[in-house]
Amino acid sequence: MSILNLFVIVPVLTVFAILFTKDFKGARVVSAIGMGIQLLLAAYLIFAYLDLRAIGITDEMVFTQDILWFPMLNIHYAIGVDGIAVSMIALTAIVVFAGVFASWEVDNLAREFFISLILLATGVFGFFISLDLFTMFLFYEIAVIPMYLLIGIWGSGPKEYSAMKLTLMLMGGSALLLVGLLGLYFYSAPDGGPLTFNILEIAKVHIPVEMQRLFFPFLFVGFGVLGALFPFHTWSPDGHASAPTAVSMLHAGVLMKLGGYGCFRVAMFLLPEAANEMAWIFIILTTISVVYGAFGAIWQKDLKYINAYSSVSHCGLVLFALLMMNETAMDGAILQMISHGLMTALFFALIGMIYGRTHTRMIDQMGGLMKVIPFLSVVYVIAGLASLGLPGLSGFVAEMTIFVGAFQHPDIFHRAATIIAISSIVITAVYILRVVGILLLGPVKNTDYNLLTDARWYERLSTITLLVAIAGIGMFPFWLSDTIMNSLGPIVSRLLAVV
Amino acid sequence: MRHEVLLLAVIILILLMEIFVGKANRKAIIPVSIGLFLLSTLAGFLPAESGQLFGDMYRTNGLIVSMKNILNIGVLIVMLLSAEWLRKEENLDKVSEYYLIMLSTLVGMFYMISSGDFLMFYLGLELASIPMAALAAYDKFRNSSAEAGIKFIFSSALSSGVLLYGLSMIYASTGSIYFTEVAAHMGEQPLQVLGFIFFLAGMGFKISLVPFHFWTADVYEGAPISVTSYLSVISKGAAIFIFSIVLFSVFPMLEPLWQELLYVLAILTMTLANLFAVRQNNIKRFLAFSSIAQAGFILLGIMGGPHLGLTTVVYFILVYVFTNLGAFGVAISISDKTGKENINDYNGLYKTNPMLSLTMMLALFSLAGIPPVAGFFGKFFLFTSAASKGYYILVLIAVLNATISLYYYLRVVKAMFIEKSDHPIAPFRSSLSTRMALALCVAGTFAVGFISWIYEYLYDMTYLLFIF
Repeated sequence: MSILNLFVIVPVLTVFAILFTKDFKGARVVSAIGMGIQLLLAAYLIFAYLDLRAIGITDEMVFTQDILWFPMLNIHYAIGVDGIAVSMIALTAIVVFAGVFASWEVDNLAREFFISLILLATGVFGFFISLDLFTMFLFYEIAVIPMYLLIGIWGSGPKEYSAMKLTLMLMGGSALLLVGLLGLYFYSAPDGGPLTFNILEIAKVHIPVEMQRLFFPFLFVGFGVLGALFPFHTWSPDGHASAPTAVSMLHAGVLMKLGGYGCFRVAMFLLPEAANEMAWIFIILTTISVVYGAFGAIWQKDLKYINAYSSVSHCGLVLFALLMMNETAMDGAILQMISHGLMTALFFALIGMIYGRTHTRMIDQMGGLMKVIPFLSVVYVIAGLASLGLPGLSGFVAEMTIFVGAFQHPDIFHRAATIIAISSIVITAVYILRVVGILLLGPVKNTDYNLLTDARWYERLSTITLLVAIAGIGMFPFWLSDTIMNSLGPIVSRLLAVV
Repeated sequence: MRHEVLLLAVIILILLMEIFVGKANRKAIIPVSIGLFLLSTLAGFLPAESGQLFGDMYRTNGLIVSMKNILNIGVLIVMLLSAEWLRKEENLDKVSEYYLIMLSTLVGMFYMISSGDFLMFYLGLELASIPMAALAAYDKFRNSSAEAGIKFIFSSALSSGVLLYGLSMIYASTGSIYFTEVAAHMGEQPLQVLGFIFFLAGMGFKISLVPFHFWTADVYEGAPISVTSYLSVISKGAAIFIFSIVLFSVFPMLEPLWQELLYVLAILTMTLANLFAVRQNNIKRFLAFSSIAQAGFILLGIMGGPHLGLTTVVYFILVYVFTNLGAFGVAISISDKTGKENINDYNGLYKTNPMLSLTMMLALFSLAGIPPVAGFFGKFFLFTSAASKGYYILVLIAVLNATISLYYYLRVVKAMFIEKSDHPIAPFRSSLSTRMALALCVAGTFAVGFISWIYEYLYDMTYLLFIF
């Protein structure tokens, strides 16, 4: 049995264990233990993966396992990972672990909260290990639906509206996706062999170009909705703003990455000709995402909205980089996914913690928090600096790689798009520094805040976990970059082979 | 024949009980009837042979036996669910009538599914629908129930008339009523096509496809809720079974025509039913429109052809039996205890009755096609079936409709889990039979999806459809 199965089994067992707990204290301890095990597993997986590569195993996917599920339709439960999936799994494990501690004080229906949260995580882990499009789609939907309850029950503000909007838009996306997946399936055996949902098998056949043109938009937009592709991003600000802390973390940090991951692993990898032909449309859209998201963030006064728009911008950059279709840019895209996942999770965790103390998220009602809650404020500044791309932190590594890669295209269209996208860095600096200035520096605006206490141990644990990862990637980027690069090779060569 | 004979034996035994059981012991009829029916259900799973009787008027094979078993399981669940309601004082003197009528319609459905010619088909169909009106009017002192009975008998008579007219045209042009001979002489002559269209319209009433669905919501709302569950799952399931069998075995020549017609009907049915379902407040009307929409999805399955398509449809009905009866079961249980049948009444249900709410949520998610429950697999295979013929646009419309349907299913989830209520439904414990039925539904909803051999078995069986 492959070790990867444990990534689904452990969360499911955790869910069952939570069912037997008595109160919220039991539930959170069990969740923490379960997700702690998951984090250790992820760490072990990284080393095991690197060991395999070190002894010279060059299979595209490792730790594979394949069980025939529905023989008639040739549906398998097929799992396996490459370097990209491994790093995404590690990201998920870190964010979920931090998320459990960030929601340490949920006491309204706590058991149900942790069960939904961990079910969501199960879906995400399952998605990243899947090699079969059927199981991938199954896990994808499992990851989306608990969101409705998480936002609807434990959210704030117009939570019912946001929850419904988010669920319907994401399910609409998966509707497009389903059509695309069925298209891939029925063209997976042009010479009359058995049809298949297996990604590696489909990658071996050549799907007729006119069919690729038909299905590529379905797949790319279907995943793109989750990746906040303009103009399908509108669920994101409302959803994130209404969601409880851990859910925002997980959603912006990990779930939106499902979109980016699916875009290249399924849409671009399996339909390379159409990807090359249609890239320009989506480059325009993603460039708009990047700039629009950044501008959107400037006008907002609600901390969560600021971060939600900034996520639109950063996730737009992921798709932008993927569409540049060269090794450097795509490497940057994966780095950006991980870096943004950690960063935005940290932001949402901090916002949740600040809101828990001040009971407002409006930046103009707060000020001078540095004096009263120094730990949280300092971490906020570091997260902000990572977000605007300060060297030494993860954001710099990712964005630098992306833009270097993007600029390798000599033609005017790519150059122009790149330059416009780069301008977002400046805008990012504006909104990050503005928030830091108003929120953290200056005199304490509201004297009640003088009584606030700084971070507790679980809040420190949650933030430091994320912070260590961010700084780690910033200082030792080659370690992660090499893991990714090895696995990018086959994908990029397939994309370039058809030009 | 075993299914029919056993069922007739059960009916006769219940009749005898009705005669010999005194006033004091009438409650005992309920468990005994359920027990007898359980035995006949179990006996239905024993291995059976394929074959035909009465000069090919009656046929049976593995697939048909599976269909009957699915219906049996569904009826068993309905019987368990209605036990608590029947035990009420006002129903106690007509308990056995309920079982007699219900099982007679089931016999009708069995003969209908097994029919090898249009005469047997029509007899079965009438036996399945005329007593149903009595069942719908079971609460005869409640106006809406009596109204439901009348509406049902009128619409059923009309649709049977339309259907019979179509059959007479087919007989006129082919000279036979036997399925095999009709299939051999079927062409595209205008009279034959016209006959087929009348047949399709008649069946459209029975399956309640848009635009033949107008009776559905009123009848479902007026009838006692246990009867509604029977109508929406068992009766509809049986009609879909025979409809798909007839399409594949009698009208394969007209396949291009009925593919086009089903294409349009599927779109109309899904879309309109969804739009109406969004606005409903009564849980019975809500489930009525939801079940119309599900029928639209099932048409997608039929379009996949005699093997992939038929397998998918039978499999989906199996899923649908567990799923929809799960949703109805919760509604029945709440209606029995409190008499409340509106979605607003469910506000805050999770706080007071968590198990019921979770069962309902599971059933609704399964209806909406959310993994990991069986509804996801059922829907996925329906879409696969339609896509196998290249109907990608239709699949797109269908999945978008599935998204719309998620909206109204989530409305109920929202009421139960998110809304707060000043007067929530008080905590209560359902009767043993209801809990058993719901447990069966939940188990089925989880298991049917993951156990792939059910699907494989049905697929193998579809190859027997034309061998007798």
